[in-house]
Amino acid sequence: MSQIFEHISPADFFYRNRDIAGFSNPSRAIYSAIRELVENSLDAAESIGVPPDIFIRLTRIKESGRGVSVYELRVQDNGTGVPSQHIPSAFGQVLFGSKYRLKQSRGTFGLGGTMAILYGQITTHHPAHVISSTGDSRIYEYRLSIDIRRNRPIILQRKSLNNDRKWRGTIVEFRLEGDYFRAMPKVLEYLKQTAVVNPYANITFIDPRGRLYMFTRATTSMPPPPKETKPHPYGVDVEMMQRLIQSTDARDMLTFMVETFHRVGKSIAKNFLKFAGISPKRDPKKLRPDEVVHLVQKMKIFDEFLPPDASCLSPLGEELLKAGIIKEYQPEFIAAIQRKPSTYSGHPFIVEAAIAYGGNIPKKGDIVLFRFANRIPLLYDESSDVSWKIIKSINWRRYKATPDMPIAIAVHVCSTKIPYKTVGKEFIADRPEVSREILFAIRYVARKLQKFLTRVEYKQKELRRLNIFARYLPKIARFSTDLAEKKRAPNVDKLIRSVKRIEED
Amino acid sequence: MKERRKRVLQALKGLGEKIYTQIEKGRFPWIEMPSRSTDNIYYDPELRQYILGDKKIRRSAGNIRHIASFTKLVWTAFFVRELTRERKTSTLRDLYYSAQAYEMSFKDQAESDNIITDLETVIGHAREDFNVFPEERSAVFGDLTIEYNVPGYEGKRLNLTSHPDGVMIGPALTSADFVKTSADKVIAIEKGGLFTRFIEEQVYRKFNAILVLTAGQAPRATRAFIHRLNTELELPVYIFTDGDPWGMHIAMVIISGSANAAHLRDLTTPDAVWSGVWATDIVNYKLPSDKLTDVDIKRLHELARDPRYKGELWQREIKTFMKIKKKAEQEAFSRYGLTYIVDEYLPAKLEGEA
Repeated sequence: MSQIFEHISPADFFYRNRDIAGFSNPSRAIYSAIRELVENSLDAAESIGVPPDIFIRLTRIKESGRGVSVYELRVQDNGTGVPSQHIPSAFGQVLFGSKYRLKQSRGTFGLGGTMAILYGQITTHHPAHVISSTGDSRIYEYRLSIDIRRNRPIILQRKSLNNDRKWRGTIVEFRLEGDYFRAMPKVLEYLKQTAVVNPYANITFIDPRGRLYMFTRATTSMPPPPKETKPHPYGVDVEMMQRLIQSTDARDMLTFMVETFHRVGKSIAKNFLKFAGISPKRDPKKLRPDEVVHLVQKMKIFDEFLPPDASCLSPLGEELLKAGIIKEYQPEFIAAIQRKPSTYSGHPFIVEAAIAYGGNIPKKGDIVLFRFANRIPLLYDESSDVSWKIIKSINWRRYKATPDMPIAIAVHVCSTKIPYKTVGKEFIADRPEVSREILFAIRYVARKLQKFLTRVEYKQKELRRLNIFARYLPKIARFSTDLAEKKRAPNVDKLIRSVKRIEED
Repeated sequence: MKERRKRVLQALKGLGEKIYTQIEKGRFPWIEMPSRSTDNIYYDPELRQYILGDKKIRRSAGNIRHIASFTKLVWTAFFVRELTRERKTSTLRDLYYSAQAYEMSFKDQAESDNIITDLETVIGHAREDFNVFPEERSAVFGDLTIEYNVPGYEGKRLNLTSHPDGVMIGPALTSADFVKTSADKVIAIEKGGLFTRFIEEQVYRKFNAILVLTAGQAPRATRAFIHRLNTELELPVYIFTDGDPWGMHIAMVIISGSANAAHLRDLTTPDAVWSGVWATDIVNYKLPSDKLTDVDIKRLHELARDPRYKGELWQREIKTFMKIKKKAEQEAFSRYGLTYIVDEYLPAKLEGEA
């Protein structure tokens, strides 16, 4: 008996397990491909502080039967562009990415774009076409395919063109098999919600029927870009600690603590080392393995570390969140909150929430939930998401809200590491620290809604009250005039005015 | 009767002036009336009827919960003033529908009936005085000459024996003046069958009586009519009903009135006599009878506690009913032949009372 161990490349692994990356069926494949490329484009524009302009075109090439067709997807952006030498790897090698740093960004797995191209290749055997420029004098154009077994790009053709007009951005074009007509509702919903949470982006989509969808930006103001940050003590494991020790220049533990970790100053470092029973003068490189383990354990339970600051995060902000919802839904009322930064397992996160009432918000017989994570909408597996569970746990009657009302709630979680449950990045896991923040945020905006609804209810009641007086007083005047055998009815305007308790506002 | 009409018109005008003046002074008009809730209804042993106590309620147009009914009350006053001035009449149902022409719809007739009762309390007149009547079904027969006051019939006279089915006690008869009569008593009868029998058997002549058919519980117009026969013509009143708690109570309402009409006077005839059918008659005359039902017995218990039933006769009959647990209809006398009730029972009863 012998066992054969086979090494498989990451590309091979995802080829065999494409379900977990969101390419489980022809409809989902279309949705995921569009989503991955759009998110890369948004990141590419935001990273240089440019309001994104994104153009998406999906063209049907030919039928392959049973509702499935071969489509050509083209996504163009005005982002940073990919340097020529990185283009083959960026689009032809799985797990190659520029996002392995501690800052908030949309993708985290380095899979997105390449996974879509990989899926296209295995369903159509057609190479991908990538054109990009960083805005310098050249534009580079590649025809690529992926060597799945070796996880390597195969360059079929490379061209370098003059960039006289200083164009900057990236165009990705490839073919894939899918079912757009089944995917359509989700694709359109995705684009609409993306427009909500990126109100500074222009998104244009031409679908296979030739229909044009335009989501025009409502503002050019963008949230400040996230900064890279040092690791927070709570989020460090033994493996990471060893790497940090290896790479540090510090000669003593005190300096090591201050230089290596996020928001650790001298006095906190001193207190911590005393707490951990390690001398501040020790050379970090001379710690024994068991001391390293001990250090990490103590770090997790020391409660004087400051929470991570949010400079590495880029929340949308209350105003932009509101602007996005107002732009797409024109509600009668909207309230938003940005919670203070918080942390789970050393990962900073910020929860933002908004509640909106009326306008074009659909009456679903239930609250409409928009879930966002790092400025991307989450559309699938709503009922597994922590926000949904929280909304369901709230007694909305206390806030005067009833299921028949057009109410939408948007929850935006941003973090250097969103606690997704799956690689498909569709729902957020129920972490106590995160769910508490979401609960507080929703409660806060719910109270604002309650105030609004109370005011509306009061106004309606007052209006009804006024109407009753305005309806009956003239009649009383008229009938009593007749009864008293008088000629002219007394004036009731003064009486009607006197019952007015609200001013028109 | 003309005097009464004048007083009604004056009272309605007074109500209008009061409201008009209040509005003119920039105030929300209000009116006050005796409360008709059960805690303000008392039995007055002297008057021998229910009366209202001192509790007043104030209804104000400045109160959102009052303004609709306040307006409806003013409209009703306005409407009945037109009726009274033009000497026209309206049924309760008519009035309910008439309101709709003024965008004043009542929820149902119960509401409009209630508002009319409010108006009665406010101006102190029964609705018959301002020409609003219920649907009529009671009748009168006997040697009484009346003179009509209704438009088109002013001065016309009628003898109430002229129609062999009797004359309906409607608005025209209620407002008529009594001219003359040869009768020396009034016999009120619960059921139409017996009323007809009495006319056929010439009871009115044999006993010198005016016959009144109450047709079940006597309508207020009929009670007012009996009251007038008793007070204006000084005729004693005898009442014949079925021998059960319900028949007893028909007699009692004619005699002492109802709680619903506690705000009104001149509807009762305290000296009227319930002449039968008694529980003791069921025993003495061996009348065919039915068993008392649970509902009947429950009703008897209620009556036993009612202040109007304090009298010796009433208590005796209630006890007898409870003892024999039987009831009998007026028609039960037919067992002894169709004329027995007139030839034997009635003389005995009238004699017994005299």
